[in-house]
Amino acid sequence: MAINGVLRPGFMQIRVMEMEKALWHYRDILGLDVVGTGEDGRVYLKAYDEFHRHSIILRETDVPGMDVMGFKVSSDAYLDESAEKLKNYDCKTEWVEAGEQPGVGRRLRVHLPSGHLFDFYADMELSDNGPMTENPDVFKDMPRACGVIRFDHALLYGVNVMENFKILNEVFDFELAEVQNDPEGKPLVIFLSISNKAHDVAFAEHEEPGKLHHCSFLLEDWNAVGHAADIMTRFDIPVDIGPTRHGITRGRTIYFWDPSGNRNEVFAGGYHYYPDLPQRTWDFDNVGKAIFYYEKKLNDTFLPVVT
Amino acid sequence: MNKASHKISLTDGETEISCPEGVSVLVAMHRAGLSKIPVGCRAGGCGVCKVRVVSGQYHVGKMSRAHVSEADEAAGVVLACKVFPEGDLLIDPQGKFYKSQQK
Ligand code: FES
Ligand SMILES: [Fe+2]
Repeated sequence: MAINGVLRPGFMQIRVMEMEKALWHYRDILGLDVVGTGEDGRVYLKAYDEFHRHSIILRETDVPGMDVMGFKVSSDAYLDESAEKLKNYDCKTEWVEAGEQPGVGRRLRVHLPSGHLFDFYADMELSDNGPMTENPDVFKDMPRACGVIRFDHALLYGVNVMENFKILNEVFDFELAEVQNDPEGKPLVIFLSISNKAHDVAFAEHEEPGKLHHCSFLLEDWNAVGHAADIMTRFDIPVDIGPTRHGITRGRTIYFWDPSGNRNEVFAGGYHYYPDLPQRTWDFDNVGKAIFYYEKKLNDTFLPVVT
Repeated sequence: MNKASHKISLTDGETEISCPEGVSVLVAMHRAGLSKIPVGCRAGGCGVCKVRVVSGQYHVGKMSRAHVSEADEAAGVVLACKVFPEGDLLIDPQGKFYKSQQK
């Protein structure tokens, strides 16, 4: 299989209420490196194993949540083709000019029916502090703290999520890998893949548009998840749940909150997805096991608490 | 004791805990094993822990303006995870309770 068109989630711009506290969390607890601060005060960060300039952008303001999630695509021409196709859909699109984020080319911005902004872009500068490529060691500088490998995926809450899927599937080839149904058998949470990952983004049906449930970072294995759990307790990070495993996607995981109340996840594992595989489905009677495979029941906070 | 503690009472007339200086009302409730105020992010972002401070002195940390407007804040409608008592407080929970807490 050759991955073409949309390649992967590339960035997320997150709103935080106090930059200093946010930096303590994302830099000193998760272990991201600070790339730089823009003239407008936005701070750019990346994980040690990411090749491109940045992946997490923090913007200080008084309402936390997600501004925009970005996806890297294989060519600039793909952006024009996609913009043309999007004319057949009832959703606003616009171009964000090159340089709006340093080192990033023009972005095709899609206002999704769920109330989220997705940006698609073909160009981002390579980092001057990326992973080694010649006789590459597993890391260049020693990973710090949780030592997250990369920004991986997100779960977003909003309205009309199947409308999102229609656009993302028909225009951008996102596939529906796995579904959690509601008590009536209608999709409640949909897990979409544009790659071999079990999910690259998920959406949950929710009465308010444009909400962030969590932004997720990859770890190597169960041991790394355990080390992260030790760090969370040591530094009193508010943990939602974990370490545990999901039935859906099979990831091993911890959920916790940043100092502005945005939920994060660190996880390892998950199955490999191919677009010819049958879709997996969970009915609502099994939602406990689907979400928390070991506890086999939901906690109070996981479904309702968002920013 | 080297740090001051303050008495936190709820308007239900039956809940009373002590909250050490520097600890938020929500965390003090949580540590006491009480779920009279819903616990979420503990960071002023999600809004589930909304309360109204009926009386008493306190200061607040940063709270999401999506959940607490300036007018709310002035009227004592605040997020318990960001309320730090400076004296004894009387508090009225306002948040939406979780399904498991609704009887
Ligand atoms: S627990 Fe989230 S705002 Fe207080
Ligand atoms: Fe996740």
